[in-house]
Amino acid sequence: MKDYYIFKSGRISRKDNSIVMETEDTKIPIPVNDIDNLYLFGEIDLNTRVINFFAKNGILVHFFNYYGWWTGSFYPRENLVSGEIIVRQVEHYLDIKKRLEIAKEFVYSAIDGFIKNIKKYPNIDDSNIATMNNFSALALEQDTIASLMGIEGNARELYYALFPQIIKQEIEFTKRVKHPPDNMLNAIISFVNSLIYTAVIKEIYRTQLNPTISYLHEPSYRRFSLALDVAEIFKPIYGDRLIFDLLNNRELTDKHFDKELNYCYLKENGRKIVVKSFDEKMNNTIMHKKLKRKVSYSRIIRLELYKIIKHLLKEEPYRAFKIWW
Amino acid sequence: MQNPIITGTQVAYYIVCQRKLWLFSKNISMEHTSELVEIGKLIHENSYQRKRKEINLEGIKIDLLEAKRGLIHEVKKSKSLEESHLWQIKYYIYYFKNIGIQIEGIIDYPKLRKRERVSLSLEDTCFIEKTLMDIDRIIRKPEAPTIINKPYCKKCSYYEFCYC
Repeated sequence: MKDYYIFKSGRISRKDNSIVMETEDTKIPIPVNDIDNLYLFGEIDLNTRVINFFAKNGILVHFFNYYGWWTGSFYPRENLVSGEIIVRQVEHYLDIKKRLEIAKEFVYSAIDGFIKNIKKYPNIDDSNIATMNNFSALALEQDTIASLMGIEGNARELYYALFPQIIKQEIEFTKRVKHPPDNMLNAIISFVNSLIYTAVIKEIYRTQLNPTISYLHEPSYRRFSLALDVAEIFKPIYGDRLIFDLLNNRELTDKHFDKELNYCYLKENGRKIVVKSFDEKMNNTIMHKKLKRKVSYSRIIRLELYKIIKHLLKEEPYRAFKIWW
Repeated sequence: MQNPIITGTQVAYYIVCQRKLWLFSKNISMEHTSELVEIGKLIHENSYQRKRKEINLEGIKIDLLEAKRGLIHEVKKSKSLEESHLWQIKYYIYYFKNIGIQIEGIIDYPKLRKRERVSLSLEDTCFIEKTLMDIDRIIRKPEAPTIINKPYCKKCSYYEFCYC
């Protein structure tokens, strides 16, 4: 099973018990059993027949617009539902102490990712690491979600401010701007973050967790707010490291971007480069200390969700992912 | 008999691992993650297609019923965890006996080209009754039983969940 990223335009349809992608000049069969997720970047026609078929096979479809911005995902009707888990997810949301306990882990782990990333670049002054450590300590002391979010915001601001010292290319980056991104770096961060977000959505679909009940973000914030929570953990380690490598190895340069008056986006050739390295990264395997077996980067996201389930079942207090390799 | 009915799978899981029984009973299933389960399903679907007569009473899912000979069949992939297969089918025999039908069982291992005949003794009946009460007690607990740390854990679809 793998993820398919489709950049071409055309029609995707069901053919007997499989999928066919038709473009102007070719017909490409895609075995349905091989599809894990479908990422649609091109202009694609779909009908209900194929969508029902995706649902039957548990395939998630992620849609991106002309600029490569994520517009939404098709999340088939849940086939893994556990009343027990939903009740406990809600219980941990309603009780502010329990909610904070989980939310703090997300923030703590995200800041840990910032620190590990900064440490890889010796040119960055140590005082920044000390400040970051201070933020992690502070995060654990907060007693409201708003103030915890505040600490996370401060840490992130400092972290982004260090990007010009990490990235060797000449980039005009002063701060993080979204909706829409205003320069090269913001464009690539937005794009990579959306890939991480969809990767988490996909893993949540394969568990009994309900994607709408979240702890750091308000459950009403987005449809998949739990995915936003969990994505925080993986953005620095999975996303930012990829960005640093692509820019520092000059695999991505300004020719891969289109810059308009007040926004900037990755062109198709740039998107392909990012998607390819992202996909390779997610399939990378690493020895898992506790499982004593190799697991892929994407499987590590699933394991993170298992740990959350075990926390909800009051088996083991949740300790969020910290990179061990 | 309890309500809702205890399934054959629950009886089998009770023998294999009570933690698995608890999680499964709370609908926290992991079977979809396992290649072994997938293989088992294929064997199940592709064996005895000619004679296929699956019956499904709430929770009691019999792979194959030979009504004339009074035999029920259960199709399994391999002999590992044989004990649990045995008790699963004994539970079915017990179930039918309770509603007034005398049958015997056969466990089929199509891949091993083997079959085993199973019947229900008086002792077995006692054990099953105790088991059913025990299952009921376990799944009512608010917390899952602990990890059992057996060599066969590595092959279980819950392995990553339990040990991560």
